[in-house]
Amino acid sequence: MDAMTPQVWLQLGPLGLTETVFVSGALTVLLVGVGAVGARIRAVREAYEVLYEMVEGMLQEMVTVDATPLVPLILTQWLFILSANLVGLLPVIASPTRDLSLTAALAIVSFGAGHVYGFRAQGMAYLKHYIEPNPIMLPFNIVGEASRTLALALRLFGNMVSGEIVGGIVVSLAGLLLPIPLMALDVLTSVVQAYIFGVLTLVFTASAMQVAVKKTVPETPTPAGSPT
Amino acid sequence: MMTPHDWISIVSIVTAGFAVAVGSIAPAIGEARALTQAMDAIARQPDAANSISRTLFVGMAMVESTAIYALVIALVLLFANPLLP
Repeated sequence: MDAMTPQVWLQLGPLGLTETVFVSGALTVLLVGVGAVGARIRAVREAYEVLYEMVEGMLQEMVTVDATPLVPLILTQWLFILSANLVGLLPVIASPTRDLSLTAALAIVSFGAGHVYGFRAQGMAYLKHYIEPNPIMLPFNIVGEASRTLALALRLFGNMVSGEIVGGIVVSLAGLLLPIPLMALDVLTSVVQAYIFGVLTLVFTASAMQVAVKKTVPETPTPAGSPT
Repeated sequence: MMTPHDWISIVSIVTAGFAVAVGSIAPAIGEARALTQAMDAIARQPDAANSISRTLFVGMAMVESTAIYALVIALVLLFANPLLP
């Protein structure tokens, strides 16, 4: 049982294209297709708009900064990770998120988004958060950013691969029907992990943008005697 | 006669078991405490249940990643052991 490395489906010289590439590519085409075709049909487009506004309101409730520019990113991550997690329930196809390469790529997107939105919100002053509260903290801040990204990748990977391994072991021990409750648990894990990945991206990105908001908003005078 | 590779396999398997067993104790306790606190808070303030459970989910995922690290170490020892050919 080789749980850690995905199957190579197509070998192009030294480059092996794994199952992950094909399945996640197919999912991308499917999601874009559903979106593009649906947007041309009036009723479906209106349904999309209602759902989009609902998600926008939900995200706005969670953060204090303006969440409008973040909605497309978070919604894309939710949809892609959710479908990638759930496609593993189909026979033959393994979920692409049990490949560490894919989850690492997703985590890097989330890491990059934090920096892009941080720079966009406040320009070069964004880099200042690395030396806050004190220049001595620079290495700790860098390690903090890196470990946060690593944790994003490993969390999704670990949850998906552990579900798959437990399912595989139970199938090999007990046969056909017993893994079904475990698969139901897997559905729950898939949904929760997709939700958490999106929410963590939102929280990290919003915290990168927050510094700017704090500086532009004029400081309200604190009432005398109140603890700060 | 045990070859060095046999010993490495044995030690890896035992260590992988211990890594998961010991590494999941602390996150389990932490998550249980977070859950009891959250239920307490919801019982006191049912209006805030939505935001409390959302924060609880995110926080639990953060706590759980410690256990996931232990699991990943165990998986590396079992399936991608750097010491074995």
